[in-house]
Amino acid sequence: MYYHEKKSIVNILSTLLIYGIYYWTVQKEYDLMAMNADEELQFWGKTMLLSIPIAIAGKIIIHIIFSITHRLVMKEEQPRFEDERDRLIALKSTRNSFIFFGMGFFCALGAIALGWPLQTMFVIMIIAGVLSDIFDNLSQVYFHQKGI
Amino acid sequence: MGEHRVSNNIRTLRFHNDEMTQQQLAEKVGVTRQTIVAIEKGKYSPSLELAFRMARVFKTPLEEVFSFDDKPKKK
Repeated sequence: MYYHEKKSIVNILSTLLIYGIYYWTVQKEYDLMAMNADEELQFWGKTMLLSIPIAIAGKIIIHIIFSITHRLVMKEEQPRFEDERDRLIALKSTRNSFIFFGMGFFCALGAIALGWPLQTMFVIMIIAGVLSDIFDNLSQVYFHQKGI
Repeated sequence: MGEHRVSNNIRTLRFHNDEMTQQQLAEKVGVTRQTIVAIEKGKYSPSLELAFRMARVFKTPLEEVFSFDDKPKKK
């Protein structure tokens, strides 16, 4: 397995770990609060905004640990640059990820249209975001192994 | 995706060029070794620019490095 494939798998695991812990904490906080519609919108808005820097910081830390561990254990340097194949794979994987997130977004709008609670819409959007990130990385592993 | 109809003689050409390694070829054309591996296995068709760079490294015409099979593969 090459470096990029390992990196994608680490990405999937770190996404699951970071978002899993974060939203588990958020859900516990949500269950304790009694909010009206405006406050609930504000709560979910803050939650989603805050998840971005947390995810970025978490992923940077995990990647630093992964790079160091990989170098020590595998005695292999990480690639110094991305070539045309890497960029094409990244592009196609991002496209797949956007398609996935787009479907999630429409499902979230559908939930609102059906009159489901506001929380459902945000939960669907969050799940779609996490799954699209996982799908992006799975696509990268697939394209690296099966060809493009 | 998968197997391409573009085939290549890179492995043979490497052998005839002082048994050039995949890493050496990768460095000469400016890609990673994984890309050379993928091209040799027929899992990736390189860009025209990369194909020309490879032909230049081997000092041969492009057609001797890559060939295109226009007959559809039988299933």
